[in-house]
Amino acid sequence: MDLTTTLTGFVALYIFMLAAFTGYEIIGRVPAILHTPLMSGSNFVHGIVVVGAMYALLNATSLVEQVIGFIGVLLGASNAAGGYVVTERMLEMFKPSKADAARQQKK
Amino acid sequence: MHPQFIIDASYFAAAFLFIYGLKRMSSPVTARSGIVVAGLGMLVATLASFLYYFGVDEAARPHLPVNITLAATALVLGTSWAWWSGKRVAMTAMPQMVALYNGMGGGAAAAIAAVELLRPGAAHAAVPLVVTVIGALIGTVSLAGSLIAWAKLNGNINGTWRMKGQQVLNGTVFLATLGLGLYIVFVAHGHASPGLTAAFFAGALIFGVLMTMPIGGADMPVVISLYNAFTGLAVGAEGYVLQNPALMIAGMVVGSAGTLLTLLMAKAMNRSVSNVIFSNFGASGDEQQGEIKGSQKPAEAGDAAIQMRYASKVIFAPGYGLAVAQAQHKLYEFVQLLVAAGVEVKFAIHPVAGRMPGHMNVLLAEAGVPYDMIYDLEDINGEFKEADVAVVIGANDTVNPAARTNKSSPIYGMPILNVDQAKQVYVIKRGQGKGYSGVENELFYADNTNLVYGDAQKVLVAMIQAVKSLEGGH
Repeated sequence: MDLTTTLTGFVALYIFMLAAFTGYEIIGRVPAILHTPLMSGSNFVHGIVVVGAMYALLNATSLVEQVIGFIGVLLGASNAAGGYVVTERMLEMFKPSKADAARQQKK
Repeated sequence: MHPQFIIDASYFAAAFLFIYGLKRMSSPVTARSGIVVAGLGMLVATLASFLYYFGVDEAARPHLPVNITLAATALVLGTSWAWWSGKRVAMTAMPQMVALYNGMGGGAAAAIAAVELLRPGAAHAAVPLVVTVIGALIGTVSLAGSLIAWAKLNGNINGTWRMKGQQVLNGTVFLATLGLGLYIVFVAHGHASPGLTAAFFAGALIFGVLMTMPIGGADMPVVISLYNAFTGLAVGAEGYVLQNPALMIAGMVVGSAGTLLTLLMAKAMNRSVSNVIFSNFGASGDEQQGEIKGSQKPAEAGDAAIQMRYASKVIFAPGYGLAVAQAQHKLYEFVQLLVAAGVEVKFAIHPVAGRMPGHMNVLLAEAGVPYDMIYDLEDINGEFKEADVAVVIGANDTVNPAARTNKSSPIYGMPILNVDQAKQVYVIKRGQGKGYSGVENELFYADNTNLVYGDAQKVLVAMIQAVKSLEGGH
């Protein structure tokens, strides 16, 4: 299929390089207490693979491709949804404890 | 508007929302909204992807009704299963769930590569083909390795599995898989027979299993983080193959962030990443048990609790045992009693306490422990000298003085919490077993150490009762 964007050669390399620095910068400044939630959060972000799997499945022309594409979308969707729920549950806990800390300091 | 334009715009928005969301996740104050922002990006990108419907290849048109039904079914099934399992899993089991979901992402990337390689009549340029195969290899290894990591942390596979000549076997499998990959790219030009392609994926799966099986539980966080980075790289690679910038950016951001996180974790344990993967950690532990003088002296939970009640400063060093016993709520209840009695209480958190950096902080936060009571290793280590009582709850390797003194110890050089410097040390542990590294802990035999045997939850309940009955008696 014909895509309007073509990302070949150096354009792709530029994207990869800038994205790599972005990831490095984001994690580099994070306090240790957020390492697990952030690992989980980045685990969620690569769940975007589901989009690629959908593309592969929609363009499938044989039974084998359909089966593998189906598995791909299934796994990708699980990665995204599971990553989201787990990360949100972890981060949710940081809120009440912050409030507690503030309350205790006021006392 | 052209469907492709909407898709492109949605992916651009998703890439922005992912990076902005991760940025917000990097501070405790904004972290909660960060995941919501990133989640919005995922929703937008996934919904927009249905617009591929209008632009598929001619050859795929007759299959479209079936394909779109399959896609919607897989989306609903995967999302609802993961949502359900993610909601009901206990906080203590989070690390293995992250491993499981991560492996699935690696599997999805591998599936994309498989469809690309199996598509009949597809024209394969050299560079995208190389990237497809690299992504397939990394993604498949991540899938197999993450599943083993999940099974190990979940207790489905116990202990480590090693054999003579394992390194040679691993190397052979890896080289064979690589050879098949090179064949697919340079000899078959992407049109290898399905059997050969399947053999390539099977080789990568076996390598992922072999690579992860010998790694012990203490190193699992590093391994999970490494596979997280692997999946990111695989997704980025397949994104390039599909000419999808959202996958490229998201994958590469995770690839580099995950790599850095892996290095930070390994550093916190004073191990190099290659050391984690290629050496048999803990295997040497049994051979070189130095003689340890003294004996393990048991103590009653109630006596320990009352001593803490009348101490002026108590420091708690929680570890994985606290997580396993789900005792974080009871611990905070006990600490609140001590605080009410005028005791200065602090929590000392080792960088790898629990199973991942920050895992213990998450558990304590769940119990409602305020931030200002929780201290990192560097901030608290000087204070143990002044503490009347240090309480180790289900931690072992992270408080083993051998890391400071015994050069022959496998954990020598790892930064530890100096609990042995407190006037009195209580260790709450289930039995006389060793830590995950398999190293004997001389702290347990020290003159100023007493052991309170039992499940952390039960011990803490007994401690709470002891202090409460004391208050009642006045």
